[in-house]
Amino acid sequence: MAAPRAQPPVSEQTPHPSGDNRFKLLEATMKKHQYRPDALIEVLHRAQELFGYLSTDLLLYIAHSLHLPPSRVYGVATFYHFFSLAPKGEHSCVVCLGTACYVRGAAAILAAAEQTLGVRAGHTTPDGRLSLETARCLGACGIAPTVVFDGTVTGHQTPEQVQVWLERLREKDL
Amino acid sequence: MAARTFTINDQLISAREGETILQAAREHGISIPTLCHLDGVSSVGACRLCLVEIEGSRVLRPACVTPVVEEMIVRTDTERLREYRRMIIELLFAERNHVCAVCVANGHCELQDLAIAVGMDHVRFDYAFPRCDVDISHPLFGIDHNRCVLCTRCVRVCDEVEGVHTWDVAGRGADARVITDMRQPWGEARSCTSCGKCVLACPTGAIFRRGATVGEMERDRHKIAYIVAAREQRW
Amino acid sequence: MDISELLAIAEHENALRRPIGIRCCTALGCQSAGALSLKQRLEEAVAEVDRTDIEVIGVGCMGLCGHGPLVQVDPHGVLYEHVRAADAPSIVAALDGGEATAPQGDPQHPFFTLQKRIVLENSGMIDPERIESYIAAGGYQALYHVLHDMTPAEVIDVVTRSGLRGRGGAGYPTGLKWATVAKSHGDRKYVVCNADEGDPGAFMDRSIIESDPHKVLEGMAIAAYAVGADQGYVYVRAEYPLAIQRLQRAIAQARRLGLLGAQIFDAGFTFRVDIRVGAGAFVCGEETALMASIEGRRGQPRPRPPYPAESGLWGRPTLINNVETFANIPPIIRNGAEWFAAIGAETSKGTKVFALTGKIRHTGLIEVPMGVTLRQIVEDMGGGVPEGRVKAVQTGGPSGGCIPAALLDTPVDYESLQRVGSIMGSGGMVVMDDATNMVDVAHFYMEFCKDESCGKCIPCRAGTAQMLHMLDLIRSGQATAADLAQLEQLCLMVKETSLCGLGQSAPNPVLSTMKYFREEYEALVRGERSEVRGQR
Repeated sequence: MAAPRAQPPVSEQTPHPSGDNRFKLLEATMKKHQYRPDALIEVLHRAQELFGYLSTDLLLYIAHSLHLPPSRVYGVATFYHFFSLAPKGEHSCVVCLGTACYVRGAAAILAAAEQTLGVRAGHTTPDGRLSLETARCLGACGIAPTVVFDGTVTGHQTPEQVQVWLERLREKDL
Repeated sequence: MAARTFTINDQLISAREGETILQAAREHGISIPTLCHLDGVSSVGACRLCLVEIEGSRVLRPACVTPVVEEMIVRTDTERLREYRRMIIELLFAERNHVCAVCVANGHCELQDLAIAVGMDHVRFDYAFPRCDVDISHPLFGIDHNRCVLCTRCVRVCDEVEGVHTWDVAGRGADARVITDMRQPWGEARSCTSCGKCVLACPTGAIFRRGATVGEMERDRHKIAYIVAAREQRW
Repeated sequence: MDISELLAIAEHENALRRPIGIRCCTALGCQSAGALSLKQRLEEAVAEVDRTDIEVIGVGCMGLCGHGPLVQVDPHGVLYEHVRAADAPSIVAALDGGEATAPQGDPQHPFFTLQKRIVLENSGMIDPERIESYIAAGGYQALYHVLHDMTPAEVIDVVTRSGLRGRGGAGYPTGLKWATVAKSHGDRKYVVCNADEGDPGAFMDRSIIESDPHKVLEGMAIAAYAVGADQGYVYVRAEYPLAIQRLQRAIAQARRLGLLGAQIFDAGFTFRVDIRVGAGAFVCGEETALMASIEGRRGQPRPRPPYPAESGLWGRPTLINNVETFANIPPIIRNGAEWFAAIGAETSKGTKVFALTGKIRHTGLIEVPMGVTLRQIVEDMGGGVPEGRVKAVQTGGPSGGCIPAALLDTPVDYESLQRVGSIMGSGGMVVMDDATNMVDVAHFYMEFCKDESCGKCIPCRAGTAQMLHMLDLIRSGQATAADLAQLEQLCLMVKETSLCGLGQSAPNPVLSTMKYFREEYEALVRGERSEVRGQR
């Protein structure tokens, strides 16, 4: 992101032609890591936090900034489950499928959620309202089975409780 | 450089210090099957076909990355190893769509050669029949993911020899695919120099020259090692 | 910072303590059940009665996560379970002889009394968000002692003689690992704390970090001194936001007091710690994959040797231990190698933290001396299954195996668990009752391994997919006896030929269930699915 000379310091500039301020924040993270290629995962975390997902343009921008081949950035972004290359829904419902949750009936919870929403796990409803996801284990096994609604971990769930929450969402109650 | 003597299949062998079991074996005409190994690029120990038994070692070791140790006793061709190698080849055939009869590499394919070498007369596992793409957007070359065994030889030769890193692997597990740049069609991958080293490196019919038809895809894989050696001598 | 300052902080902190302490768990399990609003309500209730002899402290995990939110009142040790915010005034009133509306737990229950707390000594006792609380409990004194009174070789000698083995699962002798890193040459060395606790059903490391983060940092600093490292990384899963937050805070606090950074305790020792957050890949628990991830690459393992101790992060000598291993270090330095070696079993010294979950009455986190039997843990401490009978205990997660009820008298130590076809693993212990179909369990783990396989080596990538397919056939009644035999063959091949621990251990759940519950496989092959009360 070479800045023309005789301009204000880099930190005061908008580093992206689009004028989107989020790029400035992303740039600050990369700068903190001195644009080191080994900071790629940290940078991807920050980018997803800022933009919600990792678009092709965003990945290319990161690749250029960290002087990494595009295929390497793409390879890393698709290796880790945490990174999403597609936009997510406004709300999220994450059903934990760890062993403790599984033994206590997580499969039935997921089935109920899929049925209520009409989408499979890992997908977003067509209206973009909600993404239904699964987790490998949240480490909240003491309160299994657990479901995370919009980032809030909730324990001792039943299929009925999850359905009630999803219904409320449908009625735009949330 | 110090010499090392050790035993492979009851045969006493001398090797240079730092040499791998695979290098020493090949110098003495002992063949150990490999797939992901390619002379001229780094070894990754991924295909597991070159696993050998070493006396005193609890686990099997990949010959391509295991250095020779004085007086080690290596076995490369036990019944257990033969059975495992055959299963690995069968798993590969079941994993994607390898149909030799219509493949550009028929007759010049390392996977086919390995299948013959391990005596694979049929595949005991169910075929997965995954849906895989064929990309012929590049003016000179094409890639058929049905034939890809994910050996990553193309990735390594592009990165280490050509110095471009157009190729990499995306996704993981059974969903992993070799990709060019941002997983766009190869013809649109701007970093590609069209050098053709990946075509030379590919062990199967996955990466091919456009226009090649069934059985026509011959390639000189020694060229990669030759390029590397020539460069090292010049510099 | 010198020792007098450290002791002054401890003294000041202890002087602030009030005679009556209401400890409220704020670890993930209890937070999810409403512990934060409860804590606030307790503080308000104390203010309302205007009593200055009472304080409310947010603490880490008390262990009995299934009964949370938990509140314990000192000095009497009264334990309240399932506490709602509305119960808060009555808990304060109970101090004056009133009746608390929250149910009381039994601190004398075997769940608590059979424990031996070394790693968890401060869990549920101190405030994990304040370094002063840790210092008041004697924190960072072991580090001072090491830096001023011991040579690196002496530290390694103590750890070696203690008999401590790696708590990440494989049980490699910790002292030996440290000695190897210390002897390796490099212009720089690294210490890495593996907090990528990926085993589903395990939350020991999360709980330790959430409850006592400084202990892990102190252990890492001691290790860094012993092996000659100046930079450390804690690799934590992204799924643990609370643990990451507390660790960040702990690092900042320690840095502010000069307990991390340059010239620690004026001893010419420098050690910095950074957090690296994982991104959802189980395979990154494998040390070479973890290092690849820290270097910003795909988390794919590479063949060993060379071991990280010789060539690790950026090709330099790297010490990798897990959270629980590091947490054992300060107590070992404080109490001596002999003290530690006297605890536990013959070849497995000390204690082990387990996450006891599944179909069991008291789920939670326990720390027991090595050598106690599974029966003591499951039946006495865990109170058995709520309905029906114990069928099996799964240890070691996707890398471990299912131990049948008939073998419940197996002692918990590295070798005994391996002998019965499982592994110690990182400490997940999932109890299954007789409603559980063991083929379904094997399928569950295989699906996990298939999804988490990095795809680098063929046996794991194609083998897990094929094993899963065969388990699907078996479950749907389309398999034959010959298929069972072939599945077993495939399991052995994948076990022996895979590149890393993930593939090498992926067949374990299948092999162990085939060994102990073969009749369930055979029933399915015969087209029956009635022997167990159907679970799905």
